[in-house]
This record gives sequence, structure tokens and C-alpha cells, in this order.
Amino acid sequence: MPTHPMLEYLWIIPLLPLLGSAVNGLFGAKWPNKIVNGVAIGSTGLSFLCAVEAVREFFESGQVLFRKEFFTWIAAGNFRAGFDLQMDQLTVVMVLVVTGVGWLIHIYATGYMAHEGGYYRFFSYLNLFMFFMLILVLAANYVLLFVGWEGVGLASYLLIGFYFLKKSASDAGKKAFIVNRIGDFGFMLGMFLLFRAFRTLDFQTIFTSSTLQGWPVELSGHLGTLTFACLLIFMGACGKSAQLPLYVWLPDAMEGPTPVSALIHAATMVTAGVYVVARSHILFTHAPTAMLVVAIVGCATAFFAATIGLVQTDIKKVLAYSTVSQLGYMFLACGVGAFSAGIFHLMTHAFFKALLFLAAGSVIHAMGGEQDMNRMGGLSKKIRWTYGTMLVATFAITGIPFFAGFFSKDAILFGAFQSQTGGSVLYAFGLLTALLTSFYMFRLIFLTFNGRPRFDEHHVHVHESPWSMLGPLVILAVLSTIGGWFALPAFFQGPDHFANFLAPVFVGHESAEAAGEGAAYQLEMILAGVAVGTALIGLGVAYWLYLKRPEKADGLAKSMKPVYTTLLNKYYVDELYAAVVVKPLLWISANVLWKTADVAGIDGAVNGIASGTTAIGDGVRHTQSGNTRSYAVWVVVGALVVIAVVFFWPFGGKSVLGMVR
Amino acid sequence: MVPTNYYVILSAVLFGLGVFAFIFKRNIITIFMSIELMLNAVNLAFVAFSQALGKLDGQVFVLFVIVVAAAEAAVGLGIIILIARNRQTLNVERVNLLKL
Repeated sequence: MPTHPMLEYLWIIPLLPLLGSAVNGLFGAKWPNKIVNGVAIGSTGLSFLCAVEAVREFFESGQVLFRKEFFTWIAAGNFRAGFDLQMDQLTVVMVLVVTGVGWLIHIYATGYMAHEGGYYRFFSYLNLFMFFMLILVLAANYVLLFVGWEGVGLASYLLIGFYFLKKSASDAGKKAFIVNRIGDFGFMLGMFLLFRAFRTLDFQTIFTSSTLQGWPVELSGHLGTLTFACLLIFMGACGKSAQLPLYVWLPDAMEGPTPVSALIHAATMVTAGVYVVARSHILFTHAPTAMLVVAIVGCATAFFAATIGLVQTDIKKVLAYSTVSQLGYMFLACGVGAFSAGIFHLMTHAFFKALLFLAAGSVIHAMGGEQDMNRMGGLSKKIRWTYGTMLVATFAITGIPFFAGFFSKDAILFGAFQSQTGGSVLYAFGLLTALLTSFYMFRLIFLTFNGRPRFDEHHVHVHESPWSMLGPLVILAVLSTIGGWFALPAFFQGPDHFANFLAPVFVGHESAEAAGEGAAYQLEMILAGVAVGTALIGLGVAYWLYLKRPEKADGLAKSMKPVYTTLLNKYYVDELYAAVVVKPLLWISANVLWKTADVAGIDGAVNGIASGTTAIGDGVRHTQSGNTRSYAVWVVVGALVVIAVVFFWPFGGKSVLGMVR
Repeated sequence: MVPTNYYVILSAVLFGLGVFAFIFKRNIITIFMSIELMLNAVNLAFVAFSQALGKLDGQVFVLFVIVVAAAEAAVGLGIIILIARNRQTLNVERVNLLKL
């Protein structure tokens, strides 16, 4: 019996959801929902328990990096890519978030999807997603990580297009897939570059390697190889984590069922980009240019998406832009070197954003499918549990003190403020984003739950969701409240437990965050106070505009019509991409690839060969006259040719039949 | 002793006659006979070489050829009779139903 059985058999954690997916996908079609539920929830729940046990053993073994090669997957020359899994502090956070939140969302989905067709299909996909996501976070080399990376993309595509009969849903699925392809292209190039530089793609070897073979250009520095490799990898992260300029797929992905939006497009998959950047932090710190790009892109995305979120009326769209914005925060943290703050926000965000989506799903469920906030209002008394939990999540995301988001957001803003390069600008935009976040989140709350009902109360029967849905909401609400308390002692000049826990992974970057003494501590307190102040201002403005003086909101929209319509149309980015990228591509596809290359070139060649053969046959056909004697002539001619060759050919004939020529 | 060359030349002449008759004659019986002529020209060459080289292989081949020719004559004449019955002609140019 090994001392750490679960760590030795780490592959069980991802395998369980895969089994669940296979069983449900292959046999679930005829089963009643209860059995499908059992398989789906059972497999992810067991996976969660296994993950907990693995983490316990990890702690028991003294938090040393555990890494095991299970089998070699690809071996070519010196290159080896194996099914290698690892467990370190970063993995601990990711694995617990993925399995834990994933499990809660599975439970929620049994209630939410109860009346939908394709029930087994939904859970099969959802389990498949869990499998790939766990591969992604447990992988010990870039190749295996990429398998999970692509796999979650596939699951995301399948689930966005779950209502595939709806054109917009299947289009959104395709959009997500294609936009991600662009990022993945960069990711692969980045991997190739890393392989060229390090001759391996294994995390441990790359991150500890100091020798570089056969690479003429300097590795680190502003324009070193690592800068390009990191920028390419970040391109992949931009696609997966919906950053500028590849964020366009995420808002459309809201076409999927709400549990999918919560699990894949808020809590786990979209954070994969942040995870990869954090995982590759050693490379990024050797590439200052790439770091700056990450910080700027993250900051710009956070601000940009938040402004769009201000005016959206679809409850899920607001949350989608909020997700993009929060992911920008995480990248901002990574970009300024505050990796553990980024991961901290990733975790708290997983809690409160999953909760927001699930609560929004509960609202939609209660309203019988209505998603437009303009046709809600006054729901707080009718669906108290949903209201309460959503309010907690809103407090968490806006950074009201002592809710989870407060600590992580504060850590990020503090990291940005202390950054050497462009710190004050990054901080200013970060703070502005916090203000916008607070505004649009409370706008969402007020429009949905408070004020006067703006729907037909006789037709819409508002009802609270079943406990299978409320249970996860309550658990997530608790997590959204206490999830940030790891960092609580830091506010009383104690240690930041979360940062300390991750410190072995992020060796050498935590100096900026290990605050808590003297001036730095005071500074952090001031910054936290400023952040809370901004959040309260956002709350106040939203309260004034949407509850106190609802008519003012419309007036404001009218007086700033150009700005308002621009925001409402999301800065026309989709239209811009359609005109600049999609249209030319379609034109090239239709005219060059289709009509020229395919029809004229390839089809032309094939048809040409065919018609050439026919023509030759047509010509030769005339030798078959049907006249016996003409055949005899051919026989004679053939015989003469054979004789001529045998006897007079320069290379033969000398000793044919033993005769002398 | 007649030199082998003479036999070979005679054989070649006979074979050539057979070929020309086969190609240019229209009567199917004549064609049939020209085939026999070619076969026997070959037989002659076989025997001549057998004599010249002092080996019996050529003689053996000739016996085989005679046997096969007899069989061929039997089958061929059967076919000819059938053609004559069905088509009322012995002209090969009119036996062209398989033509495109």
C-alpha cells in the first residue's frame, strides 16, 4: 500500500468524469433523469472527494511538488510528451475550484435542466468538460495541458450550441470555437518556440532549466525569445479567457444553458488563460515586455468590458461582460507580477460569478425564460433565496468589505499600484473599473429585484426554484462570503495565508505583496479604503438612477445618445470584425479558394484527367473494328515488334534460346 | 545432307504465306487452312533444329503441336459450321456482330 494512494493514482480524478460522460452519453438516452443525475453527480462528486483526499495527502507530505509520469504518450527522438500529472499549491487551488464548483453546478443543473430535452446529452457534455478541465489543471507538461485546453474548447462548443436547432445558438458555438482557434494557433506557436529553446515541454524542466542549447538569440530581456514565446502563449490565453481583442465570443456564448455559462464561461474554463500565465510565471518574469502587454491588455479589457456592461439589458449579457472584465483584472494582476493575487481573484471570482450566473438562472427560471431586465423588477419578495444569494454575490464582486471579492480585488489593485511600469495608470483604470463594476452590478440588482414589477403579473407566474437549485446557491453564497478570509489576517498586519500558501510556486514575485509592515501596510489600508469608497459611489449612483429617479436614467441615456448607442452596440466591435476579418475571409474563401483553387484547380485537374482518359479511349476504340483480320494484323505486328526487340535491342538478344544472332 | 538453313528458310516462307493468307483472305475456310499452314511451318522448323542440334526436344514439340492442331481443327470446324448455318455465309467480314 503506497503512503499516498490518491496522489499515486492521481489519474482517477479526471477519469471519473470521463467515465460518467461515456456512460451517460452511450446509454443515457433511454434512462430516466434520475439515473442520469446519479451518474453525472456521482462521478463529479467522487472526483471532488478524490481531489480533496489528494490535497489532504499533499499537505500531509509537507506540500512538496508531487509529479508522476503515468505513461509516455508521444515519443519522437529526444522529444517526450507523457501523460504526466502533477500536484502543487497552484494545482490544489485549481483542482478544488474546478471539482467543487463543478459539482455544485452539476447539482444545480439537475434542477434547471429538468424539463429540457437532451437531458443525458447535457450531462454527458458537462462531465466531458470536467474531464478536460481536470486534465488541463493537473497536466505536468504543455502538451498535455494543450489536450485539456482544446478539450474544454470542444466541450464549450458543444454546450454553447446545446440548443442546436436555434440558429443563434449554433452560430455562437461556432464563433466561440473559431475565435478560440485563433488564440490556440498562437499557443501552439508559443509551444514550438519553447521546445526550440528548451528541447522539452515539461514544466519542471523548463522552469528549472538555466542552460539553453543551440539558441542563438538571448532568451530573456525585452526582445528575447521568451518574450515572443510568452506573447504567443498569452495570445492563446486571450482567446480562451476572452481578452481584447478575442473576447467577442464570450458574450455570445450566453446562448448556452445557464449552468454552462456559470461553469464554463465564468468559473472555470475562461480562467484557464489566467492559469496558464500563472503557471508559466517564470517565463513571463523573464520577459518584461510580455508582462507589460499582459498588464495593459488585462487592464484595457477590464475597463472596456465594464463600460459595455453598463447599458446591457439582458441579465446574462451583463454578467458575461462582467466576467470579461473580471478576467481582465486577473490578467492585470499577473501582468504586474502579483500572480498569487490573480489566482486569488480567480478563486473568489469562481465562487461569486458562478453564484451570480446560477442566481440569474434561478431568476430566468422563475420568470419562465425571460432574460430582459426591463421586463423584471420587484422580484425580491417573491424569490427571497435567490435575491439573498445574488445580493451576497454582488457584494462580493463589487468589493464590499469582508466579502470574498474585496480581498482579491484589493490585492490586485495594490499590486497594480506598486508596479514599476505604468503603475499609476493601471491602478487608475483598475479603480475606475471597480466603480463601473459596482454601478452595473447594483443596476442589475435594482432592475431585477427592486422597484415596481414591469411584467404582466397575471401571465408570468413567479416561483422560487427547487432546492436542488437553491442548495448550490446557498453553498456558493457562503463561499463568496468567506472565500477571501485567507487574506483576512493581512488586514491586521498578520500574514496573508493565501499568498503564503502559493509562495512556493511563485518564488520570487511575492515581495510586492508581502506587505503588512509600516508604510506598505498603511498604503494598502488607504487603497482598500479608496476601493470601498468607489464601490459605494457606484452603489449610490445606481440606487439614485434606477430606484430613486428611474426617469433620470432614461434622460441620461437620451442626453448622451451617441455614447449610449455606442455602448449598447458594444462599440460596434462585432460589426468591425465582420467587415475587417469575416467579410474578406468569406470573399477569399468564395472567390479564391472555392472558385479558383477548388473548382478550377483541384476539380479541374481531376475532371481533366478523367476527360483526357475518355478522349484517349475514344481514339483507341477505333482499333477494335470488329474485323477479325485486322486483329490478326495487330497480332503479327506485335509479334514482329517482340522479335525485333529480342534480336536487335542493344541490351538483349545475345543468347536468346541459345542461338547466335 | 541438306543444310539447316534451307529448312529454316522454307519454314519462314511457309509461315509468311500463312500469315498473308490469314490476313488477306476472306473465306473462313481458307483462313483456317492458313492457320494449319503456319502451324506446320513451325513444325518444320522444330524438326529441322532437332535434327541439327541432335536433340529430341523438337520432335516432342511437333507431336504436341500436331495433337493441339487436331483438336483445334475439330473445334474450329465446328464453329465454322455453326457460323455457316446461322449467317449463311463464310465471309469473315460479315461476321462482325460484336463490333461497336
